Amino acid sequence: MTRSRFLLVVLGLSALMALCLPAQRAFAQKPTPSDDEVNRIAHQLYCPVCENTPLDVCPTEACRQWRDLIRQQLSQGWTEDQIKQYFADQYGARVLAEPPRTGMNWLVYILPPLVIVAGAFLLLRAMHNWTKPAAQSPAPGQEEPSDEYVARLEEELKKRS
Amino acid sequence: MWPEIGYGILVIAFLVALYSVGAAVYGERKRSPAWIESARRAMLLLWPLITLGAATLIYMLLTDHYEVSFVYQVTSRSMPAYLKITAWWGGQAGSLVFWSWLMSAFASLVTLRKWDRDREFLPWVIVVTSITTAFFLGLVVFYENPFARFWQTVDGNVITSMWAPANTTLMVAQDGRGLNPLLRHPGMIIHPPMLYLGFVSFVIPYAFAMAALITGRTDDRWIRLTRRWTLWAWLFLSTGLVLGSRWAYDVLGWGGFWGWDPVEIAALMPWLTGTAFLHSVMIQEKRGLLKQWNMILVILTYALVIFGTFLTRSGVLSSVHAFAQSAIGPAFFAFIGATFITSIGLVIYRWPDLRGETELKSLLSREALFLLNNLLFMSVLVVCFWGVIFPLISELVTGQKVTVGPPFYNHATGPLFASLMLLMGVAPLSAWGKSTWQTLGRAIWKPALAALVVTALIFVYYTRLAIPLLGFYLVALVICVTVYEYWRGARARHRSKGENFFLAFGRLTARNPRRYGGYFVHISMMLMAVGIMGINMFQIDTQATVPVNGALKLGEYSVKYESIAQFDAADNRQVTRAVVGVYDDKGDYLGELHPRIDYYPDAQQNMTIPGERATLTDDLYVLLVDWQPATANGATFKIFVNPLVNWLWIGAIIFWIGALIAVLIPDREPERLAVPEAQRVPQPGVAD
Repeated sequence: MTRSRFLLVVLGLSALMALCLPAQRAFAQKPTPSDDEVNRIAHQLYCPVCENTPLDVCPTEACRQWRDLIRQQLSQGWTEDQIKQYFADQYGARVLAEPPRTGMNWLVYILPPLVIVAGAFLLLRAMHNWTKPAAQSPAPGQEEPSDEYVARLEEELKKRS
Repeated sequence: MWPEIGYGILVIAFLVALYSVGAAVYGERKRSPAWIESARRAMLLLWPLITLGAATLIYMLLTDHYEVSFVYQVTSRSMPAYLKITAWWGGQAGSLVFWSWLMSAFASLVTLRKWDRDREFLPWVIVVTSITTAFFLGLVVFYENPFARFWQTVDGNVITSMWAPANTTLMVAQDGRGLNPLLRHPGMIIHPPMLYLGFVSFVIPYAFAMAALITGRTDDRWIRLTRRWTLWAWLFLSTGLVLGSRWAYDVLGWGGFWGWDPVEIAALMPWLTGTAFLHSVMIQEKRGLLKQWNMILVILTYALVIFGTFLTRSGVLSSVHAFAQSAIGPAFFAFIGATFITSIGLVIYRWPDLRGETELKSLLSREALFLLNNLLFMSVLVVCFWGVIFPLISELVTGQKVTVGPPFYNHATGPLFASLMLLMGVAPLSAWGKSTWQTLGRAIWKPALAALVVTALIFVYYTRLAIPLLGFYLVALVICVTVYEYWRGARARHRSKGENFFLAFGRLTARNPRRYGGYFVHISMMLMAVGIMGINMFQIDTQATVPVNGALKLGEYSVKYESIAQFDAADNRQVTRAVVGVYDDKGDYLGELHPRIDYYPDAQQNMTIPGERATLTDDLYVLLVDWQPATANGATFKIFVNPLVNWLWIGAIIFWIGALIAVLIPDREPERLAVPEAQRVPQPGVAD
């Protein structure tokens, strides 16, 4: 590469950078984010100090500072996910409203549906068992009063309706 | 002197409780009525004894005995007398005394009333209630003594102890720290007693259930005997939950009433099993089914009552380590474990006797639908229980604490509550015993159509979002079904007896108060659902700093900051009160609100009290977040518009009406609707 061509390339790159700079400066000087923008993110985070208090409504001084930090990060162009990740890295997963879907935390999401499905299965089986044996072998002396009882019951219900 | 007297009385009460357990067991084994009567009298002595102990504590709270640690922690000289009294349950040690006091009151009521009728059960009822009272009194006597005092050593250290350690002198603080400001609110004064009343009164059906298991009287007698107790317990617990929600809304200053906080869930869990129990006992009463399940439900409810108290009292929620360090945590844990294992052991022992007396005839019958209802309540319980304990498990296993917050609970319980609403719409129209799709379809099509028309109107005038529309449809369905069912009953009376409709409604309700009181409760739940959906699905908020005469706009409201003033209130609060004018979108003046910040110097804590403007369509909820002198920037306000939220409180009022109908009016339901005597399981070896 000749010296003049090298100069040309350097100049060209400098010009490109110069073009980019104002844009970058404009990005950095984004107007101060509103309280609502800050609260929208703070609402999804939990105060690392107080128990179970969302950051947007926590009245402590520490939380006020954390909200200011969010404001600062927003004004520097951080995204919502970046801010949430920053707080999780700094203070642990407890600042997130839900456990992150990793490792053992999956149990939070998986176990209740499993137990509920197992419960439903048990209930269905029990219902099936309750309806079956009576049809096969009614206990002596039970069928009649039971029917009579149901008949009376239905009569009563009819009377009421 | 007073601390010694108070503590001495509680120690005696603890010993008397143990004696009543021992005497009841001994009397039962030896078949000695004299010993059992002695056990009963010992139990009756508990309430006056604990009352005396509590009166001593209240006397010290009222007379500023700041040498006593508990008095120092929960009162201060500036607090009014009524708050000093309610401070009794404002701290750990006092609230345990309060628990024991209520427990002894309920146990006494059981044995005072128709004692002879329940002779075979009552020794064991005494055992269960006295063990529970003794456990709480034991916590007070050994671990959380409200009479412990401050002692100063020669090198200036302060020791908290009941008796003077060597080389120390009694230390009397000048003033107390004062009750946590959050608890100085009328809602908080009534809410804990109501919750505790609910907790304690659920011990009674549990005690009778245990008595039934031990004596082998596994028919539905224990359920009939405790029917009203269960309803009262449920009424108190529900009232406690509603008042707690209202308190959170008015005092916590975050624009909502329910944050799925573990403490809230601790109170909700026994309510879930209790509500499932209320429904499933009807199946046992009417069809002789589900005896095993009802036992399990009442045991679970009792375990969750103690677990709820454990969660809030042991420090386990703040961290597992705090729990391990606290003295009462492991004691609670052991007690819950021991009672739960013993109870389940008894159920297993009596399992064959607890088989159903009849069979399930149809999967569309009311009993089958009630079973589904139970499954759904238990599913919500699973979600809640797991959500509360998972952070503890995570901390134990991985050392990392996680938060299980509202998004988890909302996603997991939303479909379950919607299914419960659907059941509430269908079940009242299904018949006991047998029901078919045709009969159900014939009964439901009219209310279902009416609900559809209501939903269409909501679609046109209110929202076009699918999930809220589904929710509103279910609400409309339940209300239409319930009103239709009520109207059918009244019409039948009107036709057959010539009564006018009002009289027919009244007599119908009086004839079967549990059923129609239950219908009121269903309607109230739907109104509450409207409030809950309103705030969860349509809440909007904004926050900004505005100068004097500046305004914030939100939805159809404009809130203008007019002035701010600071003054000292009579109870030593330092109040900063803003005046804001509220205008609608046309600029019409609607009134003014006074959001304020109260600073409590004794507790060095702020409280943010909202200004609220309540209407049937929404609540405007204004918070003063921060402020600066008028020369500076102005004041920061946070404003919420909470649509439909007031239906929650209206629902609560209807709920009380319904629950009181069910609990106060004697049930005149014809006996033949119950399982005939001939069908009951014989009780070998038990004298009736």
